[in-house]
Amino acid sequence: MNPRSFLIHGLIAGLLGGLVAFVVALGVGEPAINDAIAEEESSAAAAHAAEHAEEGTSTEGHSHGDEEGGISRGQQAGPGLATATVLFGVVLGGVAGIGAAFAAGRFGRLSPVATTGLVVGLGFLSAVLVPWLKYPPNPPAVGSGDTIGERTALYFGFLAISVLAVIGALIIARRVLEDRSAWTASVTGGAFYLGLVGLATVLMAPIDEVPDSFPANTLVDFRVGSLLTQSALWLTIGVVLTGLVHRAWTARAAEAVRLEKAQAL
Amino acid sequence: MSHTTAVATPEIAPVAIPVRQLAPWALFSALLAVVTLYFVGSEQGATTLLSGTGVHEWVHDGRHLLGFPCH
Ligand SMILES: [Zn+2]
Repeated sequence: MNPRSFLIHGLIAGLLGGLVAFVVALGVGEPAINDAIAEEESSAAAAHAAEHAEEGTSTEGHSHGDEEGGISRGQQAGPGLATATVLFGVVLGGVAGIGAAFAAGRFGRLSPVATTGLVVGLGFLSAVLVPWLKYPPNPPAVGSGDTIGERTALYFGFLAISVLAVIGALIIARRVLEDRSAWTASVTGGAFYLGLVGLATVLMAPIDEVPDSFPANTLVDFRVGSLLTQSALWLTIGVVLTGLVHRAWTARAAEAVRLEKAQAL
Repeated sequence: MSHTTAVATPEIAPVAIPVRQLAPWALFSALLAVVTLYFVGSEQGATTLLSGTGVHEWVHDGRHLLGFPCH
């Protein structure tokens, strides 16, 4: 159990996670994206017609319906989506593996399997669930191109605060664990995280760009689909990575027993 | 040394890997993560390194479903 084996285990877990996320995204995410694009096209056509009726000007905007740069909708929803989920999954798995390597042996008597589960669970909470609540993702056709810079900065800023706050909470919890109970350590760490992220939630500007005319069902379907896609990715990484760490850990424990027996002879 | 070793998986204390040993691996994966996060999550959106919209369009659906702001 060294950094290298943790990284390799993480990469394997991430590859599988990316593949599972692709399948889930295809099943629960793509229908909502297609609905949103159909909605965008029909409202764009209506707006275009209205504009022509008024002045006769035409506007070039970002549209998803037709091919752009030679990439079709089928490519975006198939190989393109797979590229994104698998690439993202592998790298995320690698980071989770290294995170698990850091945590192993650093939280009292918790086994490496338990600390790996802790890392992946808190990773999901801080990198997916909390950002999803503050800045829920939007389907195509929602959001104006003028504010993409601001929205990107807010999203990545909040993501960074949330992840760093959870790392800070773990460091604090470890300190407290030295001479207090695990309960006190957990509550102190939890309070630190919630306090910091709560403050960021209140202070950081909201993003409110969904047009009133956008169908609510499509919006909800998309947001739930996005959450399910990311949950599938993290859940697979958690199950596979803890499984691989468990295997390595029991092998090592068996080795320790063999050595002890040999010495006793 | 009378020890009961009949347990299937004995309790051995987990040993922390020293930070100095972890650091190069952490640096390597962090770097890789930032590059990937950027290309999947933001390239040719808020900021652009490569010309055109090919990267944006190719990872487009993944970018939306992985929760990133798209356009
Ligand atoms: Zn988009």
